[in-house]
Amino acid sequence: MNALEIIFYALSAFALVCAIMVLISKNPIHSVLWLILVFFAISGHYILLNAQFLAIVNIIVYAGAIMVLFLFVIMLINVKKDSEPQKQLFVKFIGVIAGGSFLTLTISLIKQAQPLIGKTVLLKEGTIGLIHPLGKALFNDYVVPFEISSVLFLSAMVGAVLIGKK
Amino acid sequence: MTLLAFDWAFIIEKLILIVIIVLTTLLITLYTTFGERKVAAILQDRPGPNRAGPFGLLQPLADGLKLIMKEEIIPNASSRWLFIIGPGLAMTASLMTCAVIPWGTAIHLFGRTIELQVADVNIGILYIFAVVSMGVYGIMIGGWASNNKFSLMSALRAASQAISYEIAMGLALIALLMTTGTLSLKTIVADQTAGHWWNIVYQPLGFVIFFICAMAECNRTPFDLPEAENELNFGYHQEYSSMKLGFFLFAEYVNMIMSSAIMASMYFGGYDLPFFDETTVAPNIAAMIGLGTLLIKIVLFVFLFMWIRWTIPRFRYDQLMNLGWKKMIPLALLNMLLTGALILSKL
Repeated sequence: MNALEIIFYALSAFALVCAIMVLISKNPIHSVLWLILVFFAISGHYILLNAQFLAIVNIIVYAGAIMVLFLFVIMLINVKKDSEPQKQLFVKFIGVIAGGSFLTLTISLIKQAQPLIGKTVLLKEGTIGLIHPLGKALFNDYVVPFEISSVLFLSAMVGAVLIGKK
Repeated sequence: MTLLAFDWAFIIEKLILIVIIVLTTLLITLYTTFGERKVAAILQDRPGPNRAGPFGLLQPLADGLKLIMKEEIIPNASSRWLFIIGPGLAMTASLMTCAVIPWGTAIHLFGRTIELQVADVNIGILYIFAVVSMGVYGIMIGGWASNNKFSLMSALRAASQAISYEIAMGLALIALLMTTGTLSLKTIVADQTAGHWWNIVYQPLGFVIFFICAMAECNRTPFDLPEAENELNFGYHQEYSSMKLGFFLFAEYVNMIMSSAIMASMYFGGYDLPFFDETTVAPNIAAMIGLGTLLIKIVLFVFLFMWIRWTIPRFRYDQLMNLGWKKMIPLALLNMLLTGALILSKL
């Protein structure tokens, strides 16, 4: 086991523990804070995969901006434990079964997928995640999808302003 | 010395560098608080702190000692853990910036070449951005965990202010990146040292925008709405006492020093001493001269921050938001457009 694998397993364990804490935390604020830690762990994985840009953008956008807004909204509406609707046992039971079947389905699909059979994760390889090759690829090979997605963002922004004006 | 395919000497070297940088930053911070009081005194035509030690130079130590010795109070109705984590997070986030700042050229010690920079990553500027966006969590968590309405309101104010001014800051930086063509702070400073003009010549408008946004991100007057005493009592650190309060107050000064260092590195040549050829002296001496130059630039910026604080009154909250969204962002976009057009016309 080399240092890279140690870091990989430590990060994975950290991510899983934090993700479980997101689910079982009673207080929504605590959930959000655990989720931020999950994003950090995932960013660590991106760095192991040599995707520096993705790692740092994940922190800036998800951990830095979106989660602040989440926190903001939860603090403003001030969710209390007793005002939360209590679900019946029956509904919970159905939820567990549905989630479990979905998990089984996903795992079996990933295990059978032809391109993934016998492959392991390539750690510290490839340059596409570094900022220069990524920029070149985005603005040469994928320029049309890139621009279309930016138009999508613009339309979302216009929509938000329109709703805000009402 | 390799174990687990690590070069341990490298790690020890970096650890020592980190400890030195963090300790020096804290020491400078301590004296920045003293500087703040002295500058305020000069601007208000009074002597300022002059009792502890010669010229009052021991005043920051006395202040620090007082903060540590005060009784620590954790309110019963607060979320205990988050209440403790809040100030720590604020401090950590503000200290993390110093990892990518190039403090000077390399020095040669014990047969090793030691870069005076903890990490030269080629996403340096994005890293600074990530840390800046983390900075607001300390305030938000601290304000919320206090379980006090004033603290909560102040935390929300701080968060919305930080988010608003981050956008203009980012746009000003994009214009700078268009002229430099790199995201590594080391390369940006090296480019300014070697022949080119300082970036302020190419990006005067961008610098003004960046400076104003940095002031807003540091919660300095005129942007200190989160701690507006007349509306919010004391702001997000109202329930805090002892060293936890000290951490919140120190974090503001560390932020100020770090943003001064970033501005000096990105727009004012970093460790570059103008009209001086570094190759004429020994590399170690050149590195020390560079370090001294950067420190002087930082001190000048910090003085500018203080000068503004004791001159301009606080904004109203709607004025703050108007300035951020309706003036700063369009101005930053215009700056970006002009920079792009100029680069294109030069091609």
